[in-house]
Amino acid sequence: MTSKYNVITFLPVNLFEQFQEVANTYFLFLLILQLIPQISSLSWFTTIVPLALVLIITAVKDATDDYFRHKSDNQVNNRQSQVLIRGSLQHEKWMNVRVGDIIKLENNQFVAADLLLLSSTEPHGLCYIETAELDGETNMKVRQSVSVTSELGDPNNLFSFDGEVVCEPPNNKLDRFCGTLYWRDKKYTLTNQNMLLRGCVLRNTEACYGLVIFAGPDTKLMQNSGRTKFKRTSIDRLMNTLVLWIFGFLVCMGVILAVGDAVWEREVGSLFQSYLPWDPPVNNFLFNAFLSFWSYVIILNTVVPISLYVSVEVIRLGHSYFINWDQQMFCSQCNTAAEARTTTLNEELGQVEYIFSDKTGTLTQNIMSFNKCSINGQTYGEVTDPLGPQAKRLDFTPFNPLADLDFCFYDDTLLESVKVGDSHTHKFFRLLSLCHTVMSEEKSEGELVYKAQSPDEGALVTAARNFGFVFRSRTPGTITTTEMGRPVTYTLLAILDFNNIRKRMSVIVRSPEGRIRLYCKGADTVLLERLHPCNQELMNITSDHLNEYAADGLRTLALAYRDLSEDEWEAWSESHRCADKASDCREDRVAAAYEQIEQDMMLLGATAIEDKLQEGVPETIAVLSLANIKIWVLTGDKQETAVNIGYSCKMLTDDMTEVFIINGHTVQSVRQELRRARERMIELSRTRDGGKESGMEGWGEAYFSGNGLRGGQEGDGTESGGGGGGGGKPPQCPPPPPPPPPPPPPPPSPPSNLMDNVSGEFALIVNGHSLAHALEADMETEFVSTACACKAVICCRVTPLQKAQVVELIKTHKKAVTLAIGDGANDVSMIKSAHIGVGISGQEGIQAVLSSDYSFSQFRFLQRLLLVHGRWSYLRMCRFLCYFFYKNFAFTMVHFWFGFFCGFSAQTVYDQYFITLYNIVYTSLPVLAMGIFDQDVPDHRSLEYPKLYEPGQLNLLFNKKEFFICITQGIYTSVVLFFVPYAVLSDATQSNGVPLADYQTFAVTTATALVIVVSVQIALDTGFWTVINHVFVWGSVGCYFSIMLALHSQSLFRIFPNQFHFVGSAQSTLLQPVVWLTIALATAICIVPVLAFRFLKLDLKPQLSDTVRYTQLVRQKKRKPAGRSVGSAWRGVGMVAEGRLGARGGSRRSGYAFAHQEGFGELITSGKNMRLSSQALANFASRHSSSWIDTLRRKKHNHTHTPPSASGECSPAPSCVSGSLPPLSNSSSVLGGSQETPIEEETVPACDVQPVPAVSTKTHPAAAAGPESAAPPGPAQASSSSVLGSSAVRCHGGDSPGGWTLSLGSVQEALFGWKGFAGRSGASNSQGLPPVAKETSHIE
Amino acid sequence: MGKVKGKPGPLARRPDNSAFKQQRLPAWSPMLTANTVLPFFYFMALICMLLGVWLLLTVQRTQEVKMDYTKAGECSRCFEKLKNESNAGQSCICTVVLHIEKPLKGDVFFYYGLKNFHQNLRRYMDSRDDGQMVGRKTNLKNPSSYCMPFDRDQNGLPIAPCGAVANSMFNDSFTLYYNKLGSPVKVPLLRRGISWYTDKNVKYRNPKMDNLTLAQVFEGTAKPLFWQKPVYELDPFDQTNNGFINDDLIVWMREAAFPNFKKLYGVLHRGDDPFTKGLPAGTYTIEISYNFPVQHFQGRKELVLTTLTWFGGQNHFLPIAYLVTSSLILLVAIVLTVVWWKFGKTGMNMEE
Repeated sequence: MTSKYNVITFLPVNLFEQFQEVANTYFLFLLILQLIPQISSLSWFTTIVPLALVLIITAVKDATDDYFRHKSDNQVNNRQSQVLIRGSLQHEKWMNVRVGDIIKLENNQFVAADLLLLSSTEPHGLCYIETAELDGETNMKVRQSVSVTSELGDPNNLFSFDGEVVCEPPNNKLDRFCGTLYWRDKKYTLTNQNMLLRGCVLRNTEACYGLVIFAGPDTKLMQNSGRTKFKRTSIDRLMNTLVLWIFGFLVCMGVILAVGDAVWEREVGSLFQSYLPWDPPVNNFLFNAFLSFWSYVIILNTVVPISLYVSVEVIRLGHSYFINWDQQMFCSQCNTAAEARTTTLNEELGQVEYIFSDKTGTLTQNIMSFNKCSINGQTYGEVTDPLGPQAKRLDFTPFNPLADLDFCFYDDTLLESVKVGDSHTHKFFRLLSLCHTVMSEEKSEGELVYKAQSPDEGALVTAARNFGFVFRSRTPGTITTTEMGRPVTYTLLAILDFNNIRKRMSVIVRSPEGRIRLYCKGADTVLLERLHPCNQELMNITSDHLNEYAADGLRTLALAYRDLSEDEWEAWSESHRCADKASDCREDRVAAAYEQIEQDMMLLGATAIEDKLQEGVPETIAVLSLANIKIWVLTGDKQETAVNIGYSCKMLTDDMTEVFIINGHTVQSVRQELRRARERMIELSRTRDGGKESGMEGWGEAYFSGNGLRGGQEGDGTESGGGGGGGGKPPQCPPPPPPPPPPPPPPPSPPSNLMDNVSGEFALIVNGHSLAHALEADMETEFVSTACACKAVICCRVTPLQKAQVVELIKTHKKAVTLAIGDGANDVSMIKSAHIGVGISGQEGIQAVLSSDYSFSQFRFLQRLLLVHGRWSYLRMCRFLCYFFYKNFAFTMVHFWFGFFCGFSAQTVYDQYFITLYNIVYTSLPVLAMGIFDQDVPDHRSLEYPKLYEPGQLNLLFNKKEFFICITQGIYTSVVLFFVPYAVLSDATQSNGVPLADYQTFAVTTATALVIVVSVQIALDTGFWTVINHVFVWGSVGCYFSIMLALHSQSLFRIFPNQFHFVGSAQSTLLQPVVWLTIALATAICIVPVLAFRFLKLDLKPQLSDTVRYTQLVRQKKRKPAGRSVGSAWRGVGMVAEGRLGARGGSRRSGYAFAHQEGFGELITSGKNMRLSSQALANFASRHSSSWIDTLRRKKHNHTHTPPSASGECSPAPSCVSGSLPPLSNSSSVLGGSQETPIEEETVPACDVQPVPAVSTKTHPAAAAGPESAAPPGPAQASSSSVLGSSAVRCHGGDSPGGWTLSLGSVQEALFGWKGFAGRSGASNSQGLPPVAKETSHIE
Repeated sequence: MGKVKGKPGPLARRPDNSAFKQQRLPAWSPMLTANTVLPFFYFMALICMLLGVWLLLTVQRTQEVKMDYTKAGECSRCFEKLKNESNAGQSCICTVVLHIEKPLKGDVFFYYGLKNFHQNLRRYMDSRDDGQMVGRKTNLKNPSSYCMPFDRDQNGLPIAPCGAVANSMFNDSFTLYYNKLGSPVKVPLLRRGISWYTDKNVKYRNPKMDNLTLAQVFEGTAKPLFWQKPVYELDPFDQTNNGFINDDLIVWMREAAFPNFKKLYGVLHRGDDPFTKGLPAGTYTIEISYNFPVQHFQGRKELVLTTLTWFGGQNHFLPIAYLVTSSLILLVAIVLTVVWWKFGKTGMNMEE
């Protein structure tokens, strides 16, 4: 339910809402005032007509909006689901599903409510779900029913199910559920593992049955989505403020005039009593003045233009239609046009400063494609010439009948190589066809369907399939493939499963010929160092390829194999079994066993998988950041994936000054990391800004000692993980004696100011658990100031609620306009809390779209939405508002001046009909046409010059200053409009001698002059004269004259003599040349100064838009953003940048780890997920006593939540891999330290122990920048290290705060927690120390 | 929204490719460049200058003679007399002398002027019943409540015409004598046709007569409190000028916009010598029936005699305003030209 009203509640609720608008209530109040005869200075209809118009139009609009909401609600609510009623399945609408119902779900169906999984068609009550809608993760997850219920296979049994579930109240925690099932006098504990949450999609499972636990608004999905809030734009708020100000101004004028009235009544009016006695209740001048005040409030109410609100709504509606109509935002693939679902936010699209984007489905298509590969030092898959003729897509069918038709590959040399029978290529694809945990399903001969638990793996197996190595089927002990058309069955000896630490998986198979071979694929950082030394040359070539791939943003894997002799296998098999059976530290022992066999492998090559970005994402991001919009990616996905996507969509680039990672698990570590990031930013920008670093140093130190961090570190080493990281990067040469810097002056500016001045391109990556701390009240500001200094921010592993919190944070702290874009239900809360929510439509889920304000189907449309539509909307709205306030002040203030001549009696200057119609007829359409159609520069120009977007962000076009200019102009106009006719007419006569000084002539003259002046003004303001503008402007003027003549005509007067007493005024007045000369004079006096000012402004201070407009036809070279040029200046320290690139290159390409989950290997070998003969099952089941699903859960748990204390206890085990488990609960730098494990010492010869010079623990940029620091520093580097060397001296040894500023690369490696660096980078990175490792365990 | 189309296929919901919907309407984008603005300014200055000069010349051709007679000469006696409110209804006749230095050539218009009389007060202006004045019989007997307290007299009879405006009608009358060679010649004044055509023929109508006399039609109504004569006897000489269509009444009922105003009293009838060419120079005696009290609101009364051009009476403001405006525009234009020439960035920026 997202709708607000129903038929009955609509009128009262809507009216109530409308009268919550200050303005509407005010007008209602005015209306009541007008009904008091002593006060009424205007007829009641002058207020009620516009007010009714406003209310009706708004109500119609709200009703339409809500109608569409109802429609989409119904669409969801009326989805069919099968409910078990009285033993039979019946179709029911979603909305009728109740708690306690038992629902049958089929494959690929959305889960309608939060269900307790009872049974499924898969063995063991398993079922697979995809939770992309919930948390954005796209890999499949497994759920298992409680064992007792899983046996209730068919509907009849289920019908008799009468268990009772006691569980926690509805909440929004997606990953937690606790409850108890009471059934047949037994208790069963229920966890999240048994739950299917609404929003999930059932995958790879034929059907399952579930018991509804929460339905409707109680579901976790809905609990997470927050309340629908009424969104207002900042212009709206400004408008309301201004209306209040105007109201104050109105009161002031009322008071002035009332005082005037009091004086006048006492001095003059009292003498005039015989001609005009006071109205009965009035008995003294003060009371008369009091009434006069209210009368003036009524007359002058038009300064608060009543039609303002309705005009604004109309303009927004028009803009919304333009968005809906935009063909360039129409996606023909999914047949979806952009849709403005809320029509009230358009101009805010022109002011966006922060974009919060989801990743999966928003930036990426969530399609993995096998893009490139490197086989035996030969790279394939290069698109030769992107500009040349479109490379032909390879046709696999003649070669391979089993090929997947959807597979795309363009490089036919690879296919040739397969056909020729190149042994390396064959091995390569054989590996891909064997080494995986994919399940196959062959519905009919040749129609293979792969069920991959990660899309990466699916892509690889599909690639192998198309190149002739078709994975057909598997049993727990065999893998059947078709190799080049020949069926082959391998005996599967072992699966060395994937986990996040190993970052690789292997299989050991025995070929039909009896050869035993280990196939391994994994992250290159991990794999390349386990190769046989004879691979050195190939490894170098392959790593070059890997670097290339990584630079393209591809997700890479390295492949290797190892031939095993029978003896080796036997021996290993024995040790493995032994490890497997061990009761304590089983995991570690098993891992060690794996480690043992995955050695001395032969490199085969590498694969590169493209996580397909949506079309145009990098370009869009580039354009948006040129427009000074900061883009934050908030994703539920893993850090590696997120960072990878950050690179491939060019949010993170290699020329970024530094990338910070916030990864701490405790409040303090997060705080410290944030602090260091800031310090580092200031440091770097100071360095760049030219040697003012000394001041910064002083600040840095003050800051540190002030926080007592040093003491904490020295005391118990809580944060000494930072030291660990720092220890990893001791400077290679002692800093050359620095030229004595001038004594640092204590910096007076507080850190926040410093942060504002930070220049340079930084990026920040925050992990979900750190974010939780960063979002706490006391750290918010620190987080915001750090994050906002960064050009790109990526938050990974965030929950839907955290997404919303981040958005709220920016909203409250930066007062900036935020936009959230996402596609899934996990983005709903963020979409709702951002100023503007954008939903990606055309995908399966529509939750995000339903709660969004705008929806379209491609991320790239965002640039058009913001830079074209948003910009125009903002521009138009601002121009509209300026003009609107101007014209109403010009209109109304005339009454004020007239007050001084009419004894402050609240006599209006104009005819009451003119007052009624002025705003709604005479002047509404031209300004509406301008508000709807105006363009300063054409659409393609605003995309070419993203800088044109900036005035909106800075709120330059309509703010308080502009407002004052407008009303000053309005008041000036009113002065002219009153005094020029006054001066002329008071003494003039018609050509027949009749004086022109009568009231009606004066009224007509002033009104006509007013209409003409404001029409000329709108003609000046209109920058884009379409036919419609012409029609409206000239039409309005024409309309004014014809309506006036009609109202002053005889026929109307004859019917209502008292209402139309202006009879004949128009005719006789407008025939007078004096009147026209007066009008012309007034127009000239009003317009000439405006024209002069505008010309001066344009001439002396032309805006970018003016220039662009002027050079409409002159093609200009695209402007370079300011940031870029600064960036190039930074190349003075070029070596640093290069070095860092290398470091990151290593970590960036570990695609395998991204979407994969541990446990599936075990699942396969256990055979649990296969429909096998029960005997085979029994065999395997007995072999694996431990529940694989436990492993799944535990592993995941371990990696995200559990402090690695258990592994710490294990560490004494000599070959215990988990000693290297990243102690994730600590800061990133701790992770850096954790690289130092016993195993590393064994395996990496470069890892010799180096004493850390106490002085050097402060990392200087060169060291932080990367492993190249081992090389003798270049001149630039030397200078930078000398610069920083001084700082290091200041920080006492052991503090090692600098270690915190690890480059992205090293931290990532650290996170993977393996001695995971390419050999060459490892050499330098692993200079960390055993003492550090000890420290790490000490923490634990 | 607006994209539902009957056509099938993948582009079924594709928005129309019309110039309007795609915001590609052909349009004219004017811009304030030096090429347009500066010539415009000079042109404006020139036009205003020419207009100003022409108007000034025109205005120079008109003549105006004014005389404040509130307390002038004999009339101070009447002024004093009317100070006492008990004398309000009594007539007081006085004469004043007016010297005209130069002959007023052409049509000469005779105005009475009032100062500090607020016909533009809101409640004053509302205090009338146009329904009554257009001759509606229902309104005649039941005046609008807007006329309060001038809707009924103390006997409850409806007042015709009701309301404060009619009640306060200016009721001085003037007779102008030209002292030609010692013997006064009465200056013939046309007292008709001094109101708007629409007022005389549309806005003010007498109630339907149905073969009754005007007095009978108005039977059952009372004259306004301050009036000396009922509405149907306003013009003793011309019966067709009585009732609501009396020219003086109509002129008075057209309220002035400002507290100082003049209203047309009559036009010189140029039928006979010596007035065929206008008013000759000389001495004039004006006999005033001094009825309208102004002293209690500190008002002034005056007489104005003017000649007209196509453009109306003497009005120096307009030509002077045009001349001033023209010189200011010229000044601005010169400043703008200098600024554009010396400091203008428009040209440079464009080439960047």
